[in-house]
Amino acid sequence: MSGEFDIELPLLLEAIHLKYSYDFRRYAVSSLKRRLEQALQQFGCRSLSALQERVLREPEVMRGLLAHLTVPVSEMFRDPSFYRALREEVVPYLRTYPSLKVWIPGCATGEEVYSVAIVLREEGLLDRTLIYATDINPEALRKAEEGIYAIDRIPDFSKAYCEAGGRASLSDYYTAGYNATVFDRTLRAGVLFSDHSLATDSVFAEVQLITCRNVLIYFDRTLQDRAVALFRDSLCRKGFLGLGAKETLTFSTHAAAFAEFAREDRIYQRR
Amino acid sequence: MERVRGKTTSAAKTETLQAVLVGGSAGAIDVVSHLLAALPADFATPLVVLIHLPRHRPSALLGALRGHCRLSLREPLDKEPLLPATVYLAPPDYHLLIDPGPSFALSVDEPVNFSQPSIDVLFQSAADVLGPRCAGLLLSGASPDGAQGLRAIQEAGGAVAIQDPDDAIQGAMPKAALALCPSARVLSTKAISEWVLQLPTWQTSKGAR
Repeated sequence: MSGEFDIELPLLLEAIHLKYSYDFRRYAVSSLKRRLEQALQQFGCRSLSALQERVLREPEVMRGLLAHLTVPVSEMFRDPSFYRALREEVVPYLRTYPSLKVWIPGCATGEEVYSVAIVLREEGLLDRTLIYATDINPEALRKAEEGIYAIDRIPDFSKAYCEAGGRASLSDYYTAGYNATVFDRTLRAGVLFSDHSLATDSVFAEVQLITCRNVLIYFDRTLQDRAVALFRDSLCRKGFLGLGAKETLTFSTHAAAFAEFAREDRIYQRR
Repeated sequence: MERVRGKTTSAAKTETLQAVLVGGSAGAIDVVSHLLAALPADFATPLVVLIHLPRHRPSALLGALRGHCRLSLREPLDKEPLLPATVYLAPPDYHLLIDPGPSFALSVDEPVNFSQPSIDVLFQSAADVLGPRCAGLLLSGASPDGAQGLRAIQEAGGAVAIQDPDDAIQGAMPKAALALCPSARVLSTKAISEWVLQLPTWQTSKGAR
């Protein structure tokens, strides 16, 4: 990559922050660069400076860029053993609460939300649970709320659901059309889809469970620390934090606030 | 027109490597296990191995290679710094990248060349962050993944080598790389560990920063 790119990158991120209040300045740089290179191609811009010119003057370009910068593709029941641990090891604790609040930050297009909701439904907890599903991308939130997924993704979802200890058939939870499946709207009756940024917003509720899988990998250490501090301050004592399979609190400033609960599945418990 | 800032980098050639990167696909596992077996216990420069594996299942590669290696061998976690005398295996279902530090970064972005992890993604990020202080080696495989990345390492000044396509179980990956990096060293399967061992690597863990 050229030296100019490295000069233009912080300028672009600063411009986006000043104009739109989206803060990508502390995103992990290697992934961010790849995504921006793709954006340059899509918008037909020769340089980040050219892209910056358009971003500042054309809000619809910012909307398109947001899609490049935020939405990773997720899968339902990604890493089935995580959801098995959630069901078998965490749910017994969750049962002891008369009502539950769950936060799923960076929920993107909602695959993780429906996965968690299905586990809670099968364990008889969903009716007394409020799930906050948050993201910075309004388009992703809209898709998450629709709960419509391409039908060719369903076989992988079903396989993972079974491996995760699903008690029924995944098809009990969706209606299939020609190209797409719509997930049962009662799964999201207790889900609040909402705009929230781990980079700029603060604590908004006390929750018993946070699952935030493969979101922190896109942040640098400083921003990870900010996000983990929000998790620490949002979780009740003995509340649970579930991370992605390759994410760890080991390198976090706030590691001491958490105990390892299910080590292999990256589930932590607030001290 | 630019002013020279700091010293020029005439010392770059003698600079020790911060990482050696190895990519491969079908037919690469045996080559990697021979390479790992040839590495002495004081081979201190981190070695990063990415072999394409089937998606959505845990990798058995770690267990398969562990008996062949005197060095510490593991899948890196997100933000883990590259440590001396360690061999890292790219985990399945993530892209593996090098961030400044150097440390590892992971992503779940779309597959590249139908691959996740993709060798191009790893090699390009390493070239970007480490420049001439990394070396790239591309092995047997039936996919063109890795060719662009190897060229990026070469353009950044890093040493690059390719397993001889005629000597590889699958020649497509090395051939694609040769087309983009015609001046890369071409190595017979037997010569691979020798090439890695002659690189300017850290010879003891004391050599690490």
